[in-house]
Amino acid sequence: MTSTTQISKRRAGMADWIIVIILTALCLTCVLPFVHVAAKSISSNTAVMAKSVALWPKGINIDAYRSIFRDGQLTHAMIYSVWMTILFTVIGLALTICAAYPLSRKRLRGRSLFALLLMFTLYFSAGLIPEYLLLKQLGLLNTMWALVLPLAFSPYNMLIMKTFFQSGIPDSLEEAAFLDGASNLTILTRIVLPLSKPIIATLCLFYAVGRWNAYADAKYYITRKALQPIQYLLSNMILSSGSDAISMSESAAVVSTPEVLQAAAIMFATVPILVLYPFVQKYFVQGVMIGAVKG
Amino acid sequence: MVNISRRADPKRGLIRLVKDIRRDGQLYVLLLIAVAFVILFKYAAYPGLRIAFMNYKPARGYAGSEWVGFDIFAKVFSDKDFTRALSNSLSFNFLDLAVGFPIPILLAILLNELRLKKFKRISQTILYLPHFLSWVIIASIALTLFKPETGLVNILLRNAGVIDQGIPFLTEKWHWAVTYLLIGVWQGMGWGSIIYLAAITGISAELYEAATVDGASRLRKIWHVTLPGIRPTMVTLLIMNLGRVMGSNFERLDSLGNVQVKPFQYQLAIYIYEKGLAGGNFSRATAVGLFQSLVGLLLVLAADRVAKKLGEDGLI
Repeated sequence: MTSTTQISKRRAGMADWIIVIILTALCLTCVLPFVHVAAKSISSNTAVMAKSVALWPKGINIDAYRSIFRDGQLTHAMIYSVWMTILFTVIGLALTICAAYPLSRKRLRGRSLFALLLMFTLYFSAGLIPEYLLLKQLGLLNTMWALVLPLAFSPYNMLIMKTFFQSGIPDSLEEAAFLDGASNLTILTRIVLPLSKPIIATLCLFYAVGRWNAYADAKYYITRKALQPIQYLLSNMILSSGSDAISMSESAAVVSTPEVLQAAAIMFATVPILVLYPFVQKYFVQGVMIGAVKG
Repeated sequence: MVNISRRADPKRGLIRLVKDIRRDGQLYVLLLIAVAFVILFKYAAYPGLRIAFMNYKPARGYAGSEWVGFDIFAKVFSDKDFTRALSNSLSFNFLDLAVGFPIPILLAILLNELRLKKFKRISQTILYLPHFLSWVIIASIALTLFKPETGLVNILLRNAGVIDQGIPFLTEKWHWAVTYLLIGVWQGMGWGSIIYLAAITGISAELYEAATVDGASRLRKIWHVTLPGIRPTMVTLLIMNLGRVMGSNFERLDSLGNVQVKPFQYQLAIYIYEKGLAGGNFSRATAVGLFQSLVGLLLVLAADRVAKKLGEDGLI
């Protein structure tokens, strides 16, 4: 008896080690690339050209970052992107609440019709050209609004919020307030929203990250350089400029080799996310859980 | 019963309807704000679809362009570029599914089997990270790792004596296809595992206890308890993903692609962008977009039907 339990324990130990090794390896694939790019971005030109920088910087200097700040393009795009993302998130969240709360009330007449109307665009999109022509008609091409308004209402996020309102807010609470003479709007702002802080945080992040990362719409709708968000600028600087170059003003770029500059530019755009990520991560997971109920 | 009484007195029903709408007036106002917004920025684009049936010239506008019926579609379907883009899209999406679908399941099982709680939490946090990075950043990092001459992976392999010349991970089409798929898996695996982990949490602990009493090994428990327990989730997600095989992710293709790998990178999203916005052939790009949207809609509806038939939740 004792011997069998011991064997099963030892076997479990082996399996545990294998699992830990596999997961550690996978985690390293997520971490090491950043370590490498970070190391490269603060290494000397000679060390990078000698291909001797792997995970530890050599000949430490921050010239590349100085160039980025002197050049100003990326810093400008960063500030602009932050501002645009905040605006986008506020508008998106407001619209989502406007739609999700009424649709979460089962008694509402015409509820399924409105739901269909709002969800339909998720399943059938007009496509790139008609949407482009629409923005052109509205006079929004080459304005920040072209990046804010078309994506501001996300049916998927609305669904998550609606599900939360339906399951997370007890009906009895609403009925009690109703009997006390509270209007729908009062109930929403005084009772429902304060109880929904977690889901609001989650959806804020969904909207913000979605906007922050996207660049296709900027490529479609924006040609003016001052209105390009940071992801698009980065794509132009690193991906479109040929494999070994980076487009930056001459005076700013002269100190570092393109490779070091590229690494610094990548880090410049990534560090804000890496810094915020550990703190906000749990809210995302929450969103997926609610979305999984029906999504 | 209810039906009969309503039919007997339609007036009363109407009065109740008005009363209900009055009571929820504020809710309708909120709803209409959202609806108006969606109509202005989404529905208003649908009429633009008519240029798929016109020989649209931007300079002449809608009114000045002539109707040509299904001519554009006829041209599209005989266009070699289109067939290439379509078959590339389908092949890569199916490959994505074949590689990308099982990995999150395996990962969720591994994470679930992990007994060190702290290690589990940290590795989850790390594994979810790639999902939050833009394709531009992922592609830029891929470039610094995989360039034939200066990429870290190639340098390390060369230094170790494994290869003489750098592997063209991103610049030769077959290598690119593999890199493209693996990066996709890497990006989505952690995030994809969340939903399965949630499903595993829902499996009753009694089932595991019973299996232990029966002397089941760990692998047997995974096979006979865990996997059947998450089967509904697997089926739903598989069907959902099958419903999306017509889609294509412009940003992933655009940022990872380059001239050398054009033969494979050329998928529907790229076709629409290059023919349409970049090439000025609006009608043709719209027709392809419409085709993609319609087939996509049909696939999703079919997927929903199948999921409901199988007793799952469905998507819509």
